[in-house]
Amino acid sequence: MARVETFYEVLRRHGVSRRSFMKFCSLTAASLGLAPAFAQNVAHAMETRPRVPVIWLHGMECTCCSESFIRSAHPLAKDVVLSMLSLDYHNTLMASAGHQAEAILDETRAKYKGQYILAVEGNSSLSLDDPYCFVGGKPFLAQLQEMAQDSMAVIAWGSCASWGCVQAAKPNPSNAVPIDRVIHNKPIIKVPGCPPIAEVMTGVVSYVLTFGKLPELDRQGRPKMFYSQRIHDKCYRRPHFDAGQFVEAWDDAGARQGFCLYKMGCRGPTTYNACSTTRWNGGVSFPIESGHGCIGCSENDFWDNGPFYERLVKVSGFGIEGTADDLGLKALGVVGVGLAAHAAASTVKKLVTGHNKPPPPAGKAGGAS
Amino acid sequence: MTKTANGFDLDTSGKRVVVDPITRIEGHLRVEVNVDDKGVIKNAVSSGTMWRGLEVILKGRDPRDAWAFTERICGVCTGVHAVASVRCVEDALGIKIPENANTIRNIIHLTLFVQDHLVHFYHLHALDWVDVVSALKADPKATSELAQSISPWAKSSPGYYRDLAGRLAKFVESGQLGPFKNAYWGHPAYKLPPEANLMAVAHYLEALDFQKEIVKIQTIFGGKNPHPNWLVGGVPSPINLDADGSVGAINMERLNHVGKIIDDSLAFIEQVYVPDLVAVAGFYKDWLYGGGIADKNLLSYGEFPDLANDDSNKSLLLPRGAIVDGKLTEVLPVDLKDPEQIQEFVTHSWFKYPDETKGLHPFEGLTEPNFVLGPNAKGDPKKLIEVLDESAKYSFVKAPRWRGRPMEVGPLARFVVAYFSGREDVKALVDSTLKKLDVPITALFSTLGRTAARGLECLWAAQNLKRQYEKLLGAIKAGNTATANTSKWDPKTWPKDAKGAGFCEAPRGALGHWIHIQDEKIANYQAVVPTTWNAGPRDPAGNLGPYEASLLGTPMADPEQPLEIIRTIHSFDPCLACAAHVISPDGQELAKVTVK
Repeated sequence: MARVETFYEVLRRHGVSRRSFMKFCSLTAASLGLAPAFAQNVAHAMETRPRVPVIWLHGMECTCCSESFIRSAHPLAKDVVLSMLSLDYHNTLMASAGHQAEAILDETRAKYKGQYILAVEGNSSLSLDDPYCFVGGKPFLAQLQEMAQDSMAVIAWGSCASWGCVQAAKPNPSNAVPIDRVIHNKPIIKVPGCPPIAEVMTGVVSYVLTFGKLPELDRQGRPKMFYSQRIHDKCYRRPHFDAGQFVEAWDDAGARQGFCLYKMGCRGPTTYNACSTTRWNGGVSFPIESGHGCIGCSENDFWDNGPFYERLVKVSGFGIEGTADDLGLKALGVVGVGLAAHAAASTVKKLVTGHNKPPPPAGKAGGAS
Repeated sequence: MTKTANGFDLDTSGKRVVVDPITRIEGHLRVEVNVDDKGVIKNAVSSGTMWRGLEVILKGRDPRDAWAFTERICGVCTGVHAVASVRCVEDALGIKIPENANTIRNIIHLTLFVQDHLVHFYHLHALDWVDVVSALKADPKATSELAQSISPWAKSSPGYYRDLAGRLAKFVESGQLGPFKNAYWGHPAYKLPPEANLMAVAHYLEALDFQKEIVKIQTIFGGKNPHPNWLVGGVPSPINLDADGSVGAINMERLNHVGKIIDDSLAFIEQVYVPDLVAVAGFYKDWLYGGGIADKNLLSYGEFPDLANDDSNKSLLLPRGAIVDGKLTEVLPVDLKDPEQIQEFVTHSWFKYPDETKGLHPFEGLTEPNFVLGPNAKGDPKKLIEVLDESAKYSFVKAPRWRGRPMEVGPLARFVVAYFSGREDVKALVDSTLKKLDVPITALFSTLGRTAARGLECLWAAQNLKRQYEKLLGAIKAGNTATANTSKWDPKTWPKDAKGAGFCEAPRGALGHWIHIQDEKIANYQAVVPTTWNAGPRDPAGNLGPYEASLLGTPMADPEQPLEIIRTIHSFDPCLACAAHVISPDGQELAKVTVK
């Protein structure tokens, strides 16, 4: 048989030191609630066993996260799936079906206890009394909790797994909840978005595999490297906002010149995501660049913060008494007002979305890093 | 043995085989069959096992937002619900969209057809025909000769295939088969020689790399993919060729990018997809199972209006029409608003009607979830459902009927309706392919026929994508740059009460949205989607739907290895997240679901 690189060898090849590798193993052991001595066992497994198995579950969802994932240009999705890790279970891509597919779950739990990554697309109802999603005849909630139990770490793909997303919008008829409401004992990396950007998804996975550690997370459990700044902070149309140049109606002269979409309901000022920097589909564009405002799809409860075309707020900070409506007339070229507008927008989120309240409990490990 | 109302023999006495999950689809589908002692399928049960209730969520919201919510019904056929949604709102409010908006919508939607059909063939369906492990035995030189004999595609040298065979061997020997683990390699229903298998594996990987390029057209006009942005009244992307600020809009660079992707897509489909399809089909001409009701009842709402705001058959590039009772040459007119035509039944669905012997038109649609297993079902829904009872309720999918009949929808239905409506472009594609394969037109009514129709439609879509692109350039050249009509953007301009229907042909088939707007808000929203037509359960008369009917009579080499079942089910390209939905139009509380 051909010699296959182990996970440890892959890490070394990427320049990860033995010392960093052992820290990763300690974290893994700790995340499993095991004694520090167990880190040696994890290390041994990583050194001798090949690629990290990934179990990718689908609950209540629309598969947009999987579709986004396979759009990744760097790294290519096929290289992630076939060379970097071992995608042993993925409903949309796997060749086997039925009991042959479900057997992989049992085998992985037994053979790779504490050594596989659980990736979750979609979410489940809160309780087994809500019979709205079955896989292999089992309630999805049961499958999710079982597979989380023996995993090394959990990735919450997209806004469904991270926040609840569209099925959890009012009145949430299926009682759908984010996965950290039903998984409490594992580190959970939240990668929100509907869907998340492809290169953000593969970026998170390859970060873990390349550097042998989980990425630094913010207090809501999102990787800081992709979610620490608002769309608005890095938007290429930002100078138009500061200059008070707004689109007033679809396809008007301002729209054709690429003016700011704030008055058309753009959620860029309150949305934390990498769209305006990483952009979409290999950097081709992002919603604002193509003329539509951001709908805030990576934010908690964004479906209930609408209507989407209603501007965020009648901002009182645009000037002493001005609003965005007359800002364009009054403020052109006045630097000070531009700054005031900037400061005001920073508070927009708190004003209109109620996000100044503390985030919902993210589970014990939701902010682990 | 019983005979169904639509003429199929059912026998439940043989061994019951459960396949759950059906993988390589969108969403959650379960199939149960009974096989006789020779392994032939004598009864089939199709069950959708997820429900989210998106239409309940839409109630009371701004109709202009509905496209974004409904788009999230499905991320695989992304955008199709957005198309149907903006059309139903525009229909209700009497909004006419500019010509360019119509053309750009066609471009966005055709782009999905091209990408989605390609991904379906290579990544969701190919492994039902292609044995990855057999490819290890292929001779790279012979593979190269095979590839070069069917196509001028450049990546076909002996060295290319030698390198791939080496990498494949290393991958298989690692023992970590990833997505190819535990599958049906070596199954007797695989018929391709090793060289054809290796060629197909190469194109599986090439198509995976290429599909992400196609969708960039949606990114240019809609900002992202999956889930690009849409707009009631037009499209959000303005056109500005050379005035101030043109870099912030659709300009020459953006248009060139679109044109390049279209040309590359045409090349890939002409030189890879279609030759592969014909080559694979040539080895499976004896496996013509899976027709179901395809030779009897077919429905298409029609798609791609060439004229803005005109959905008559003189405008639609693929025509609207229905074929029933096997009368192929008689294409009947279809009206989404006629209460007698489209109706949904829930007798065997996990929903509740006051009178479940009757169907309801979507404008009157009513759904309350009602999860109850039948008396002969086995298992505990809080732990494990072992067997469903199809004499009772057994699916989160409703049973839609057209004038009382189950209908197959999808590429095959569209192409047969177009063929018998006398559309020359479709006839030429179909006839030349049948001739190449040396099979009669009846061969279309099979699993393979469905798969072939999808491939030919992919080519048709790429050709029309180019035409729509050229049409857009022509309009801009003539000085027409409008992309949105905002005269009725303000809700104050709307009637107090309005109803509308929005049609769409999604890659998977006929999709309709129905909206009732009252006082500027959504009072009622209903979607009847392609997979509901195809995957739906039985109706009160006992008529079998397309999935269930298509499995009957298929021999299984080994009932424990359900390759034949997934092959036929995949030929429909299931999308279960689309299929399972609900609405509660009167705003009553949803009943508490009872688990018995």
